[in-house]
Amino acid sequence: MADRAQPVARTLATGGVPAALLLALTLGTLAFVAVRADGFSALGPADWVAVRFTLWQAFLSALLSSLLAIPVARALARRRFPGRGLLIALLGAPFILPVIVAVMGLLAVFGRAGLLNDGLALLGIPPVSIYGLGGVVLAHVFLNLPLAIRLLLQSWLAIPAERFRLAASLGMGPQEVSRFLERPMLRAALPGIFLAIFLVCLTSFAVALTLGGGPRATTVELAIYQAFRFDFDLGRAALLAVIQATLSLTAAIIALRVTVPAAFGAGLDRPIERWDATGGLLKLQDTTAILLAAAFLVMPLAAIVLRGLPALATLPGPVWQAAARSLTVALASMSLTIALALPLAIATARARSGLARGLDSLAMLPLATSPLVLGTGLFLVLRPVADPVALALPVTALANATLALPFALRILLPAAHAAEADFGRLADSLGMSGFARLRLMTLPRLARPLRYSAALAAALSMGDLGVIALFSDPDHATLPLQLYRLMGAYRMSDAAGAAVLLLLLSFTLFWVLDRGGRPDARA
Amino acid sequence: MLVLEALRIEQTDFHLSADLTVDTGDRVAVIGPSGAGKSTLLAAIAGFVHPASGRILWEGRDISGLPPGERPVSILFQDQNLFPHLSVSQNVGLGVRPDLRLSAPDRDRVDQALAQTGLEGLGDRLPGTLSGGQQSRVALARALLRDRPVLLLDEPFAALGPALKAEMLDLVATLSSRKRMTVLMVTHDPADARRFAPRTIVVAEGRAHPPADTGAILDTPPPALAAYLGK
Amino acid sequence: MRLSPMIAGFLSALAPFAALAEEKPVLTIYTYDSFVSDWGPGPAVKAAFETYCACTVEFVGAGDGAALLARVLIEGADSPADVVLGLDTNLTAEAAASGLFAPHGQNPELDLPVSWSDPLFLPYDWGYFAFVYDRTKTVSVPADFEALAASDLKIAIQDPRSSTPGLGLLLWVRKAYGDRAAEVWSALSDNIVTVTPGWSEAYGLFLNGEADAVLSYTTSPAYHLIAEGDDTKAAMPFTEGHYLQVEVAGRLAASDTPDVADRFLAFMTTDAFQSVIPETNWMYPAKTPAGGLPMGFETLVIPSEALLFTADEARDIREKALAEWQTALSQ
Repeated sequence: MADRAQPVARTLATGGVPAALLLALTLGTLAFVAVRADGFSALGPADWVAVRFTLWQAFLSALLSSLLAIPVARALARRRFPGRGLLIALLGAPFILPVIVAVMGLLAVFGRAGLLNDGLALLGIPPVSIYGLGGVVLAHVFLNLPLAIRLLLQSWLAIPAERFRLAASLGMGPQEVSRFLERPMLRAALPGIFLAIFLVCLTSFAVALTLGGGPRATTVELAIYQAFRFDFDLGRAALLAVIQATLSLTAAIIALRVTVPAAFGAGLDRPIERWDATGGLLKLQDTTAILLAAAFLVMPLAAIVLRGLPALATLPGPVWQAAARSLTVALASMSLTIALALPLAIATARARSGLARGLDSLAMLPLATSPLVLGTGLFLVLRPVADPVALALPVTALANATLALPFALRILLPAAHAAEADFGRLADSLGMSGFARLRLMTLPRLARPLRYSAALAAALSMGDLGVIALFSDPDHATLPLQLYRLMGAYRMSDAAGAAVLLLLLSFTLFWVLDRGGRPDARA
Repeated sequence: MLVLEALRIEQTDFHLSADLTVDTGDRVAVIGPSGAGKSTLLAAIAGFVHPASGRILWEGRDISGLPPGERPVSILFQDQNLFPHLSVSQNVGLGVRPDLRLSAPDRDRVDQALAQTGLEGLGDRLPGTLSGGQQSRVALARALLRDRPVLLLDEPFAALGPALKAEMLDLVATLSSRKRMTVLMVTHDPADARRFAPRTIVVAEGRAHPPADTGAILDTPPPALAAYLGK
Repeated sequence: MRLSPMIAGFLSALAPFAALAEEKPVLTIYTYDSFVSDWGPGPAVKAAFETYCACTVEFVGAGDGAALLARVLIEGADSPADVVLGLDTNLTAEAAASGLFAPHGQNPELDLPVSWSDPLFLPYDWGYFAFVYDRTKTVSVPADFEALAASDLKIAIQDPRSSTPGLGLLLWVRKAYGDRAAEVWSALSDNIVTVTPGWSEAYGLFLNGEADAVLSYTTSPAYHLIAEGDDTKAAMPFTEGHYLQVEVAGRLAASDTPDVADRFLAFMTTDAFQSVIPETNWMYPAKTPAGGLPMGFETLVIPSEALLFTADEARDIREKALAEWQTALSQ
């Protein structure tokens, strides 16, 4: 109801601080780098090739991840089977892995010496090489499909039980349910999911490089890297970062424009039962979707665990110290993410549509920001006032929180919208405002997505390689950094053990915060 | 006295004007064709719709600028009157304090309200486990506790069966007269109006008419209402 | 189960660390990250120098060599660093041009395969780039780049834009083949499995069987032999010679403890520092310590010829070499 939309002033009061912080950390740091530049050199043809490749691989990765997520999320939404909770929790795992670990896991299955080619060799079929665009997209789908499935599943389960009951009473079969309930939901949820993945892949660097097979697979982020380190050209780096941010914002605006909010109305939180999916063919279809997805996602993870498990017990002391440090940073980063995302989600849900779209795009900015530029900008800003080494861990937590924010907001926003649409008027009529409204209406309605976003933020922070080499404190390395150091010191089996430790810790953190991956558990 | 003074509501393809007075303690039915603006009229009084011009006064005080929660008004909607994640007692307790920080006497008042509405022993249940009639009673119990002098009923009982609906209306009548509440009730059913409301506001053709005697209006309806009533 | 390091680790990381009041001068050394890691030379070097300098050594790790230079260039004259350790000769021209570094004024005796006369930077270790392979899997070993290109061996290399070994390979081919470099790259392109952002990724791919050989150093097999007792890894000797990586350190002109910094540079070529290098950095020490090289180093391939551009040559040729690399591999 447009009439209830909040005036701009109140939106700013709620969402203003996080929004300002976001702007400062993204466009602000970029501006700082640009200011320090000695002028801007023009971009060459190679840069435009990089832009094209970046867009193309990001588009393909986002498209495939979003589309493949549909059958899997649908199957998970309408089936109950033993191990479902575990599978849903495992879906969180690839997304939170440090890139190099994920890549090694993927290669154990799809690489030259991987299971797939071993199998093909047995059948006398020549090996397939995944290096190139195919490998880049494969890895991006591996990393992002689980996120797409989880976000979609969340939207699926947000359709109130009453609507399925109504559908059943009207004699709707799976096709009608899909047309009247599921497609409108997908229409509302998919553009945002596509966008989030598109943006993640837009700033891809290590995946694109490692699996891309060569300079053909140059991304804009690599070009930025080159400008910084190879050419020592801040101006070029800033210019490329502006291009990257422009591409991202354009994508954000398009995606949010085509988003049509679903209006399913409220329910009474009854458990969802499905009467439309009892057919044998559908069961087969769902089983296939779940098995394929599980195999695709779990096999590389299993390979990582098998490779690293033997070294786990004998990992050197510094690795355990780093693990404790990473846990602390993860929890701090998680708290910060929620502290920023919740007010932003509430403000966006209550704001007029134009302003809401603005806030929504703003929250996507961190995904569009080159981590290298963010780190350098932050370094340039903070260095005159504080010792970067002393700031290493706080800055890491802040950077991780910023990078997790877009995901947290994607998760929270639909629920925040629904809470306002369904119960905002009732809360208004009872005079519920401020913290009472937050405590009695918003938090309970958002409990499930809040837990999920907290879990994701914490796990993301665990796996993130302290974005920022400029702030690294050699005596207080995080676990992913120690993992890289082990690799750098030839200790590949210890590194594999550290990867398993990282995986286990992230996963446990995720599991505990997300309450065992039961997205449909009662709040 | 509730006064709608030269009130004009404008929305896309829709307008409604009202210039009328409802006496304190009156029970008034609001009746008229679908889409005429009955719910909009109540939403304006409750503060969910902002009028283009005119004022709303309660006992001489202009309440047009107040946010919904601060108006001397309780409203029961057609649906979504309860928070599904809060227990019956908590839903009712929101009528005492919207932050639910209830003292022992407050909790006693909640229990009393539950008793008055026939909900003893159901305080710990969640709304999803109650019948439709019980859900209506919870909302009513909360309205009682809020103790606002004006009660707006936007067809909250429409989904109930005739006997249950009659029972609820009698309950509202009893409770509101005990507290001398002014009640405006949207209805489609002339029988409800006769049973519950001595006076009636007809909303038709862009205008809310001043309240008049319910029996007289229903016996000899103005042309716009006559068509709606099928007379 | 070795529980104790785990428990000790958790405790020490969670305990609030109190800053001790320091009267002694602090020597701040910027270096690349793997130097300061618990498995690198950093901890031993710090302990050794602190025992007789009456100072505190503070390492700051900054990515790799190129990131290190980028950081110093960004910070400029008010950099808190006293010493920068970990540039190589492909980066020193830029570093020198910045005017941030002061002459070291030293002339130590060194054991490098080339003569050394850089007034700003002193070497602390060096190594030859080489392709490392598994002797049990690859029997016929190519003798030069052209033979490698003609073989069906698959190699993993590093991107010259993001990695110092990658840049080293670029210059290696250029130095060995001159204007024929583009041709060699074209011939090699079907041997390259992939190009990784850094050394670790490429080496990991090789150890996991994704590549038959990886660009690394002639000294890499020493790690496997000495630390793991594994003698299956070896470097391919190439007849056209091997490009050198010489790692250097320099003192910043704006250092606030120039005398301590100079003492560190002098200390760098002494046995206390040099004897740490072979088994932590897995490179050759710039000055062979009195005790000689560790057992196992004698098994390593010694290239017939050491190839190296001067710092200025490396800077001038870099862009051109990168362009021809990109063109050759993009086809």
